[in-house]
Amino acid sequence: MNIFRLAFKSIQFRLFSTAAIVFSLVISLLLLFSVEKIRKSVEENFTQTISGVDLIVGPRTGSLQLVLYSVFNIGQATNNVSYESYLKYTQHPTVEWTIPYSLGDGHRGYRVVGTNQDFFKFYKYRSKQNIVLQSGQIFNDLQQVVIGQQVAGTLNYKIGDQIVIAHGSTTGDSFEQHDKKPFTVVGVMAATGTALDQSLYISLESMENLHAEDGETIHQPTSITSFFLKTKSRLQILKLQREITTNKPEPMLAVIPGVVLSELWQSLSQIDFVLKLISFLVLVVGLIGMMISFMTSLNERRRELSILRALGANINFMMGLVLIESVIIIIFSLSLSLFFKFILELLLTGLIQNQYGLILSSEFLGFAEYIMMGSVVALGMVLSLLPAMIYRYQSLKDGLKV
Amino acid sequence: MNIFEISDLKFKYAQSSQTVLDIPQLNIKQGQSIFLYGPSGSGKSTLLEILAAVTQPQAGQIKILSQDMSALSASQKDQFRSKHIGYIFQQFNLIPYLSVAENINLPFLFNQKKKNEKIYSRLIAALNIKNIEHKKVNQLSIGQQQRVAAARALVFQPEIILADEPTSALDYNHRESFIKILFELSAEQNSTLVFVSHDMTLKPLFNTALDLTALNKAKNMEVGG
Repeated sequence: MNIFRLAFKSIQFRLFSTAAIVFSLVISLLLLFSVEKIRKSVEENFTQTISGVDLIVGPRTGSLQLVLYSVFNIGQATNNVSYESYLKYTQHPTVEWTIPYSLGDGHRGYRVVGTNQDFFKFYKYRSKQNIVLQSGQIFNDLQQVVIGQQVAGTLNYKIGDQIVIAHGSTTGDSFEQHDKKPFTVVGVMAATGTALDQSLYISLESMENLHAEDGETIHQPTSITSFFLKTKSRLQILKLQREITTNKPEPMLAVIPGVVLSELWQSLSQIDFVLKLISFLVLVVGLIGMMISFMTSLNERRRELSILRALGANINFMMGLVLIESVIIIIFSLSLSLFFKFILELLLTGLIQNQYGLILSSEFLGFAEYIMMGSVVALGMVLSLLPAMIYRYQSLKDGLKV
Repeated sequence: MNIFEISDLKFKYAQSSQTVLDIPQLNIKQGQSIFLYGPSGSGKSTLLEILAAVTQPQAGQIKILSQDMSALSASQKDQFRSKHIGYIFQQFNLIPYLSVAENINLPFLFNQKKKNEKIYSRLIAALNIKNIEHKKVNQLSIGQQQRVAAARALVFQPEIILADEPTSALDYNHRESFIKILFELSAEQNSTLVFVSHDMTLKPLFNTALDLTALNKAKNMEVGG
């Protein structure tokens, strides 16, 4: 018999109230883990919408604005870049590849992006993931469209469906429809968890064709909204950025997307703060619940502790016993909640991605979670000692009388 | 050598104005076996609790094994008790979720003494609890629980044995075997025994009988030789 065996047996004896403590702890831990998971996922989804792109190039405008309308479909482009300038930088010796972006049209609330096949080849999001088609193929002719996962899901489109694109509108139904030139869905993209899922993709030529008068011959587009580019070597990014920003005669702007996105997330730090605050409050509520349970269990244990004391157990032994019991309960609850967290993530990741377009962060436990688990154990130990401290000031005789 | 030296002891319950115990002097020598009796409510259990340092009197000096109890902190008292005093509680005070053997051996967890297997075997054989050694105590009858409580108080060979109505729940045979092992062990170890009981048939077995009604408020009472 030692203090650990005694602690185990004592926990076993109060199986029901122990189970209640474990239950409430597991629930609040799961809530805590979920909020943190969502917070982290939102941040990742936001800042990693685009990766592997060194520069976003557009007309002279605000750098935030350029990123917002090119990457997030927020706001409108006020100006365009000429196709000549685009070609000039496509052929620039330090440029590895480019992706043109031509915006302005929409389909039932989703934006239509005019681009070329390089988009599918080079565009990368989150840790350098390529765009993958869930079904069908990339457009290779006029009047063909590839649609994002969320567009396909919400509007229930499949390969072969005919759709009509609205002019000049990316939100809601436009009164001006390009209904003489319907498009055929040829491909559906797999979910990316970014704004990519909420767009439709056609070729630049298709977009030009949409706006051409009947019978007009289609050549090259005259302008595009913006373009992404990657340099052959990262060392050339700053030099090229300066070169583009001082481009003549056409005034242009080049921004490094990662820098702008982190700046933007910083300015949205209130969201981050609120989510963190919620996590913290959840943790506090869970721990208070645990403390209340320990407090009530003190009453049913007074006699037992007094017997031990009558046999010579000193206050340190008593505190040790209570501490070991609470650590056992906390560690057990932690393991159980990690188990459920694993199961839930396994079950729900796909569902959340499809339903809400939020890709859950792939990291199972991060720095924040370790801090949380550490503080749960530490705070739980401190709080469980409170009942033992109260017991200390009760006389032995009272305990034996209960 | 005096095991207990009590002088000017006064005790009353917290909410009461009536003094329960007023013992000017009481000395108990090593090896004495004392049969303490008196009517219900006369303070026998309270005196025993004071002798065990479970209860503190409002006034008076108590020395146990020459140690002044008022000089010890609460946990020092707990420690002192676990080393020197075997106490058979009236309400047994067993830990419900431990087995019989675990309950009996519980004192060794606190008093740093080494378990004497021979004493242990003798006790469980004499008290007829060998066959229930591994049962949980909340599965035992009252009589069995009382015998377990007795074994726990005797197993670590304490210098002082305090017993509060230890035979109240025992049938005749078990009472006889309990008394026998109790006297055997205290004789072997020259232990001092204070035994509270209503059962006057036991009185002749002890070398000293103490009537608490006579002792209480009596002046300068010297007991025994």
